[in-house]
Amino acid sequence: MPTTDDLKTRIEARIPDARAEVTDLTGGGDHFRATVTSPAFAGLSRIAQHKLVYDVFGPDIGGPIHALSLSTRTQ
Amino acid sequence: MSSTENPIREALEEAISEHDVLLFMKGTPEQPACGFSARTVATLEALGAPFAAVDILPDPRIRQELSGLSNWPTIPQLFVNGELVGGCDIVMEMYESGELAEALGVQAPAQAPDHAPQAAEPGAPPLQIEGLRPPAG
Repeated sequence: MPTTDDLKTRIEARIPDARAEVTDLTGGGDHFRATVTSPAFAGLSRIAQHKLVYDVFGPDIGGPIHALSLSTRTQ
Repeated sequence: MSSTENPIREALEEAISEHDVLLFMKGTPEQPACGFSARTVATLEALGAPFAAVDILPDPRIRQELSGLSNWPTIPQLFVNGELVGGCDIVMEMYESGELAEALGVQAPAQAPDHAPQAAEPGAPPLQIEGLRPPAG
């Protein structure tokens, strides 16, 4: 079962200069919310920003990670 | 696989091209089966924007094909004029900033709440995706 620290580590490892705050929405280890700040998002649409984060997890979204609610910022 | 062998994907592409505002969701606008879908429906209805809806739950292949088509892993997915706008989070952010009303070509209500609504109101009937066959056996 993924933890908030797992998600944070994976996001920060894959997205340049990213800072991630991850919370477990239900305490069940499958519904998460992440606020991700990275200069890599600059100039991208929200769709493209969120896709960068979803791409970190690939098929885990919809698998062990049932839901990942996102908010992305450039700073 | 050629597209002629994939009737579900063809039906999805057709539905996306034929409806200006199309929401893929879990459940129906009247009976959403997931909180994220419910919030998205409520937001569209708060703006008074007409929209079509597809319930992805009846057959797992709908979600599989949709995510292959849109390159977006989660449900709901809102399409406007054939383009993926986003899921629940993006729709909420766009509602609160006024961008959603603009994208949908509607006036934001003067009394619009600062925060996106929580609950669903009755809405349009769901579309049926053609090309589904009953499960074997």
